[in-house]
Amino acid sequence: MPFVPHTPEDIREMLAVIGVDDIEDLFDEIPAALRCAALSQVPEGLSEQAVTRLMSRRAAADGEPLCFIGAGAYEHHIPAAVWQIVTRGEFYSAYTPYQAEASQGTLQLIYEFQSMMTALTAMDVSNASLYDGASALAEGVLMAVRSNRKSKSQRILLPRTVHPAYRHTAQAIVASQNIELVDVPYDEAGGHTAVETLSGFDGEDIAAVVIQQPNFFGVLEEVDKITDWAHANGALVIAVVNPIAMALLKPPGRWGADGADIVVGEGQPLGVPLSSGGPYFGFMCARQQFVRQMPGRIVGRTVDRDGRTGYTLTLQAREQHIRRSKATSNICTNQGLLVTAATIHTALLGGEGLRRVALACHANTRALQEKLSNQYIQPRFNRPFFHEVVMSSTLSLPELLRPLYTHNLQPGYMLADDYPELADCLLVCATETKTEEDLDVFRDHMARVIDTQTTAGSSVRPKMA
Amino acid sequence: MLIFEHSRPGRRAPSLAPAGEAAADDIPAAFLRDGVPGLPEVSEMQAVRHYTRLSQKNFSIDTQFYPLGSCTMKYNPRACNSLAMLPGFLARHPLAPASDGQGVLACLYELQEMLKDITGMKAVSLTPAAGAQGEFAGVAMIRAYHRQRGDTARSEILVPDAAHGTNPATATMCGYKVKEIPTDKQGDVDIEALRAAVGPHTAGIMLTNPSTLGVFERRIKEIAAIVHEAGGLLYYDGANLNAILGKVRPGDMGFDVIHMNLHKTFSTPHGGGGPGAGPVGVSGRLEPFLPVPLVAYDGDEYRWVSLQERPQSIGRLSAFMGNVGVLLRAYIYARLLGREGMSRVAEFATLNANYLMKRLQAAGFDLAYPERRATHEFIVTLKRQAKQQGVTAMDFAKRLLDFGYHAPTTYFPLLVPECLLIEPTETEAREELDGFVEAMQEIQEEAQTNPELLHEAPHTQPVRRLDEVRAARELDVRWNGAG
Repeated sequence: MPFVPHTPEDIREMLAVIGVDDIEDLFDEIPAALRCAALSQVPEGLSEQAVTRLMSRRAAADGEPLCFIGAGAYEHHIPAAVWQIVTRGEFYSAYTPYQAEASQGTLQLIYEFQSMMTALTAMDVSNASLYDGASALAEGVLMAVRSNRKSKSQRILLPRTVHPAYRHTAQAIVASQNIELVDVPYDEAGGHTAVETLSGFDGEDIAAVVIQQPNFFGVLEEVDKITDWAHANGALVIAVVNPIAMALLKPPGRWGADGADIVVGEGQPLGVPLSSGGPYFGFMCARQQFVRQMPGRIVGRTVDRDGRTGYTLTLQAREQHIRRSKATSNICTNQGLLVTAATIHTALLGGEGLRRVALACHANTRALQEKLSNQYIQPRFNRPFFHEVVMSSTLSLPELLRPLYTHNLQPGYMLADDYPELADCLLVCATETKTEEDLDVFRDHMARVIDTQTTAGSSVRPKMA
Repeated sequence: MLIFEHSRPGRRAPSLAPAGEAAADDIPAAFLRDGVPGLPEVSEMQAVRHYTRLSQKNFSIDTQFYPLGSCTMKYNPRACNSLAMLPGFLARHPLAPASDGQGVLACLYELQEMLKDITGMKAVSLTPAAGAQGEFAGVAMIRAYHRQRGDTARSEILVPDAAHGTNPATATMCGYKVKEIPTDKQGDVDIEALRAAVGPHTAGIMLTNPSTLGVFERRIKEIAAIVHEAGGLLYYDGANLNAILGKVRPGDMGFDVIHMNLHKTFSTPHGGGGPGAGPVGVSGRLEPFLPVPLVAYDGDEYRWVSLQERPQSIGRLSAFMGNVGVLLRAYIYARLLGREGMSRVAEFATLNANYLMKRLQAAGFDLAYPERRATHEFIVTLKRQAKQQGVTAMDFAKRLLDFGYHAPTTYFPLLVPECLLIEPTETEAREELDGFVEAMQEIQEEAQTNPELLHEAPHTQPVRRLDEVRAARELDVRWNGAG
């Protein structure tokens, strides 16, 4: 019996202690009419060897393509040490650290994580994680509405340059609380949110402004101006950032005169594999004054009865298991194990290592942009970008890309579904994992496809870097 | 010692990051950071040693009996981890085309089908990231259902007083008022109170069955009829599904929507707090509202079902698919167990709980519901000990740590004073349960002869009881460089 250790003798003796004849008798409080027949859609159990064969075949079927997709999930090198430690049973199979004395490992690690995230974002406080970047934005919006006591509007400015799936998620989660998410259009040439566009809302009651840096297109937003505009108008600033970018770009705590108020983002780039979208983890940092409005767990440092330093969950009166219907969020289980990975990953790389990763990603994406540019394909926006860029094609993009997939190449993310006005636009990303040859493979395949698809094929030559 | 305190300026693990410093001279200075963030500067071995040592300060299933009620701390098979971490699964980008993901999609689709069968529901969405997000999805679907019918007067969600805190918190997040329903002396929902509470303002009720009191709600069909007649829907909190796997199905009990905690019932790891996975199952009338993405199979190819195909969906709950890696572990677990293994889970979880309950009762402990059969868990109340010896459930819990046992859940559910909610799970051997009984007996004797030993416990852990008041008052939540 898989994972059940009982011998026939155990069963006999245990039933005798209970005073019943058969295990079935233990279910005698369940009305007989409710008992179900044997399951029909669950197959017979398999041995570990048979399941290994099945899963190996399926994993192999998914291949290991050359991937130039970013769009919110990024392929980075993860040091071998990270997941070897993460999957130690003491981290992997522990519960939420409610019994602090028997959970000092996890608790201290979360305290270190909070310290790392506040260092990266230049903020005062961090929580112990949320589900992912998108749901973290939704929680950030709810938190901003609670925190901005001067605003009565429950209106949030949400630029269209914020990740489309984040906007959908925020909408799904805050919709039933009468919060209005207002679209803000982007600058057609720059791909950024122009502060002039925001001035259309001058003097209106706005609870918060969301700003993503770099934005979904990879374009750098004018974060200083937008932060100052928001504060001048009584709105809080919710920053959405990539933690790798924080090693290179100005952190939200230093945006404008006073810095952002709440910072959220996707933690996946810090040591978490792509894994078809999860599990990742969302992070959230904030100003000290808003800490009691934060959702999720927070670890604090304190002392024990002998004065020794120790760590414990704190400010739990914000949480559902204490405050029930008045909690700041319903979140209970978070993404603890991914936080473990991110903490070890960040410790191994350090500030300088993360900075080198950020620089290498950016250099590769710049090189890719150069290599892909030709008479048919050009960068779509004219503003500075970081580590991801939108390329616009004068040829039909789906037809250009289709042949590439058969070459085990994933060329990027097509924007047409989310931005109909950006039909034939492709968001590409080349992280530090890509070599010069990888970029050339992409360029050469693209050139060949263009050759075959343009009638005057021979005249098409991609511009060399 | 913190990792930051091991740090020395200029120390690095150079083989782990790109060698050179590429230029970013195209980015104007106004966008750039001044200096490098203040992160630890350590060698690879220092980091490995530090985090390995930290891990050794944890209790875990792999090292201790962990009878934490309502949390289902059973063995997490190692194969589930190693196979979910095969390179093909890890390397796949969430936005890669479905044609480059037929392997993972096949697993997810089959998991959807198995969960439908196991729960007796019409359709399943795997996307919620944890139980609480599954609850959110479920109540949001209830709301969408009423609204679509133009039934906007329904403003209340009913929640039994024994419910998990996430239930009322979820109802609030979905814009509902919460009304608590009392429990009767036998641990069942107070039916008369329920009858009095329902009406045209009732959107639904959230129930856990078996309840958090460790007993099966015997009049569930009657409850379903009362709520349905009032026009409300029934939400099943799957926290305790381990107790009834393959025995009874929430769909057959009359529930309209359920969430499952795969990190409990399907043995994916708790990871020191997460990740979980909280798939939702629904009856036919709620199917159009399921959160996306779903996985479809047309007999030839697996594919994602998106918002365009499901215009009435409550939407998406995360940027991509939710916790795919967790779903894979649950799928592998289900394939290892198979059909018979499913009902065996319920049988042996129930056998272990009833055995442990009888033995603790015989050892002189008071049960909260001595007349009732235990499900996969049960409650011991230390009210008498608190009164006679001045020792609390907290004291017992902390002293158990010294005996090498993780404490059961304490002070939950809220309506049983000085309670220990004990869930041994099916993966523990009898001798482990016997050892736990002996420890409880010994602590009981200590409570009589030397209660200070309990008040001062634990004595053998890396730290003794922590000053939680100070933690909250003198908030210190990040290293500030001063050590």
